[in-house]
Amino acid sequence: MVINNNILAIVTLKEEQEKVRGGGAPLFYGEDEEEVEYLSMLIARITDSMVHDLGNGINILVKH
Amino acid sequence: MDYGNMIVSSIVLGTLARFWMLKVDYRQYPGYPHGYAVHLSLGFIAASLGALALPALLDGDFAAVTFLVLAAKQFSNIREMERTYLLELENTELVKRGSAYVEGIAQVFEARNYLAMLVALVASIGVRLFELPGGIALAIIAALVLQRAMQGQTVKDIAEVEVVDLEFQGDEGENIAIGDVVLMNVGEEEIKEDWQKLGIGISIKPKDDNARATLANKGQRQAILHDVVSQLGVRLDVGVVGYTPLARLDLDTGRVYIMIIPIEPDEEFVKKAVENTPVLESSRRKPLQSEAGRLAAD
Repeated sequence: MVINNNILAIVTLKEEQEKVRGGGAPLFYGEDEEEVEYLSMLIARITDSMVHDLGNGINILVKH
Repeated sequence: MDYGNMIVSSIVLGTLARFWMLKVDYRQYPGYPHGYAVHLSLGFIAASLGALALPALLDGDFAAVTFLVLAAKQFSNIREMERTYLLELENTELVKRGSAYVEGIAQVFEARNYLAMLVALVASIGVRLFELPGGIALAIIAALVLQRAMQGQTVKDIAEVEVVDLEFQGDEGENIAIGDVVLMNVGEEEIKEDWQKLGIGISIKPKDDNARATLANKGQRQAILHDVVSQLGVRLDVGVVGYTPLARLDLDTGRVYIMIIPIEPDEEFVKKAVENTPVLESSRRKPLQSEAGRLAAD
């Protein structure tokens, strides 16, 4: 299976859980903005992927 | 009849021509001693084939000229060799050359052996007609003319290159754009700040529709990125893909926009590196030369 250009993970605040549902990709909740930022960075480094900001408080990680 | 002089001097001149061509283009030069050895030896073989053609003909041995066919086969192996080698290395490059660039380099290596062969042939004719000094003079002229004829265009011949500012659009500046074109969406604060501080934008404006079609080619754009990176470095590593330099097309105007964080933060030289990137033979398009293309462009 090719994982390029698929959403690998979704990272967001707990308050935003109405906006997103876990599907193929795991969903990570951070307690605050800082944790969201840290989680996103960490997962991006580990999976060699890129953090994208959807502009509604939700980050997705995609390998290009 | 004794052809010793003629053959030896032609072989030497042809091999020297190959040696000289190894130095002409620093980007496509192997850059390691073994590469030298490989290409000089093959250049020597090419020159030998060229040098032997005239003596064989003069001796009435017309069948012997068919060994030139061998040369063609031999040299297409060289292309194969270079291609395999460079494609193997692609995985180790942070910013890939791209298959179009690799193909172009492989082709140049093949062609330069034909040039060495031609120079040797011309030299042998020169030695025959005007003795050694004439042979040397003719060989030099042939090498210069052939080299000149092989020189392709560079990006600055087909487009105007400018340094432009990156714009940060969206609520938190997460969309990095040039003009109306969003090149990248960055969700990581640290990477975004680096782009704000160190990022350089380049706009490449094609001069006509031929240039527009050429620049739209993905291989051409990758070649530009690779050339800039190989000359100025790039802030990038495995795991931090947010720094990847990108080249994207403005669909309305055909301009190519580039974003990059070079290690050497000199805008002027980034521009220069872009301008001096060769236009790849395999990417060159000429829609204006076709009837439909010409009539459609107004």
